[in-house]
Amino acid sequence: MSLTTGFPLACPIPLTDYPTVLLGHGGGGKLTQQLIERLMLPAFNNPWLGMRHDGAVMDLQGVRLAFTTDSYVVQPLIFPGGDIGRLAVNGTVNDLAMCGACPLWLSLGFILEEGLPMETLWRVIQSIQHAAKSANVSVVTGDTKVVEKGKGDGLFINTSGVGVVPAGVVIAPSQVRAGDAVLLSGDLGRHGIAIMAVREGLNFETTIESDTAPLADLVARLLAAKMQVHCLRDLTRGGLASGLIEIAHAAKVSIDIDETVLPIQEEVRGACELLGLDPLYVANEGRCVAFVAADDASRALELMRSHPLGRDATLIGYVADAAPSQVTVHNAIGSQRMLDLFSGEQLPRIC
Amino acid sequence: MRFLDEYRDAKAIRGIASAITKITKRPWTLMEVCGGQTHAIVRFGIDELLPKLITLVHGPGCPVCVTSVELVDQAIAIAQRPEVIFCSFGDMLRVPGTSQDLFAAKAAGAEVRIVYSPVDAVALAREHPDREVVFFAVGFETTAPSTAMAVVLASQQHLTNFSMLVSHVLVPPAMEAVLSSPHNTVQGFLAAGHVCAIMGYTEYEPIAARYRVPIVVTGFEPLDILHGVLMCVAQLEEGRAEVENQYTRAVRREGNAQAMWAIREVFEIVPRKWRGIGPIARSGLGLRAPYDAFDAALRFDVATLSAEESSECISGLILQGIKKPIECPAFGTRCTPERPLGATMVSSEGACAAYYRYRRPAAAPSEAVA
Repeated sequence: MSLTTGFPLACPIPLTDYPTVLLGHGGGGKLTQQLIERLMLPAFNNPWLGMRHDGAVMDLQGVRLAFTTDSYVVQPLIFPGGDIGRLAVNGTVNDLAMCGACPLWLSLGFILEEGLPMETLWRVIQSIQHAAKSANVSVVTGDTKVVEKGKGDGLFINTSGVGVVPAGVVIAPSQVRAGDAVLLSGDLGRHGIAIMAVREGLNFETTIESDTAPLADLVARLLAAKMQVHCLRDLTRGGLASGLIEIAHAAKVSIDIDETVLPIQEEVRGACELLGLDPLYVANEGRCVAFVAADDASRALELMRSHPLGRDATLIGYVADAAPSQVTVHNAIGSQRMLDLFSGEQLPRIC
Repeated sequence: MRFLDEYRDAKAIRGIASAITKITKRPWTLMEVCGGQTHAIVRFGIDELLPKLITLVHGPGCPVCVTSVELVDQAIAIAQRPEVIFCSFGDMLRVPGTSQDLFAAKAAGAEVRIVYSPVDAVALAREHPDREVVFFAVGFETTAPSTAMAVVLASQQHLTNFSMLVSHVLVPPAMEAVLSSPHNTVQGFLAAGHVCAIMGYTEYEPIAARYRVPIVVTGFEPLDILHGVLMCVAQLEEGRAEVENQYTRAVRREGNAQAMWAIREVFEIVPRKWRGIGPIARSGLGLRAPYDAFDAALRFDVATLSAEESSECISGLILQGIKKPIECPAFGTRCTPERPLGATMVSSEGACAAYYRYRRPAAAPSEAVA
């Protein structure tokens, strides 16, 4: 019997390089990009996917809907400042918000591992209920599967979300213009360090709490004030650096940022120095960058700072005229360096 | 950040850079021994602040980079055994062996865990008496005391399921190897501050005298490094060749007695093969006979594994300060962090990784401070 699929069978990623999936393929760096660009985009190619945005915006008989999905595989399930349930709601709400949408409905897919304490599940469900209420979204459909002990990691959650994009709002990497101001909504790296500290049993003098938070209200206020917001990106895996690099590539622009103004908590900076990590690449779950027309930059910054989730908002740089699709960081001593995607996740150094 | 920001102060940095420019009359080539210093130099653009007469070359001070391919292959072979939980510092997981790295072994089913301290691996052995826990003991004199203490701890607790694959290397023999090379261009050293915090710097004094080369024990922050350069250039311009200590806040001449005791209790000096460089006599630490039971190479019978290095990788020349990463024809093309030919491209202290990660924008000005 001949096996005919009608599709080319050759894998676009040379199998000799990556015969199996590595952890780095999920790290949000170069390997993740490679999976998306070489496997996903060619296979599912369409204009919405091609936008390379946090969600797809589709016109449905005059109403523009934003649609997104995300999966959560964090360990530990409960960590300082949050838990997997809160993360799942906030993450999906934020992806919709980054499209300029008002988030409305969420789906909830649970993959539970046999043996998960019911008390943990209940705590996560309560957390989801609370986070959904805070973000003003409804969980309208869901699914539950159980896998055998040893075949999961306690609990995985998948959420999809749907929201409505207000008339006239177009937020996408393609809207980014030379001269746009780059505003960062808050401090960097807290989520990644909080998770690492608990997971690896690192004891710091103070507890570093995750920054997980829903950003839809902050974005809605910017849009309601008629700010010329061209693009938004929430900072997740790969941190600020990866978010900016993705935008620079998708928008085909160059971005210059000033390292000296980046808000980073002392404890987070200390932990990063200790572990040899660059805070620019450490994950956040409640922070975004906004590309705003230069004329509106100071008003937008003021407005962000008046919001509880934007208290530490900072103007960190500008989109430059030149367009080699790169992100340049200027430091205090007048030198500069380029940011590049990591190959996988950052690894703590030896000494 | 307290105790750190003051060493990154822009005004002070420019002040020292100016002082270096003022005293430099002739061309000098200095080697920073430690990969951590290389990363700081490239990350902060310290090289751009120096007068053109001064050339910084990068030394062999990255333990990940110099761990031989044989040892990486041995690590992978041990990790692949079903009874083994293999523990390593994060850096080592991406380093290519002959055909794969520890990450790939992990993806194929090996139980490989990142630990932050060898003592964590001992705790893991206690928690899993039915498994063999193996720690990949990589590093210079800096990490050797904690590795030694892990062995002492395992011995005191009578653990029979804990062992380590020892790959420790020593800095002074590597510096002598650099100076003895017929291709040597190094006229002064910035010695690795954290190594000296453990071992002190008496070992460096005969080297400075024998090779007529100034050695300045130097820290890792921008101000430290520039101060080290200033002290080194001052010696060269005055015709002196002494050991001086820039890193006085952390380093004493006699080192840390307790840490040195731990090293001497557990380890003995052995010959060691350095990746890209080859064998260097008396340049490694191996377990002393009373601690043989903790030697993973003996326990798992992998000591005879041999391996070939990539013939295209010039990391050996880079580690000896003879070439710079950008002089490698494969840099950034056939050799990238995703497809490295050698460890210098993936280690967090590797010179090639530093050049790749912190490369300057094409149009960036490169001006020395006047």
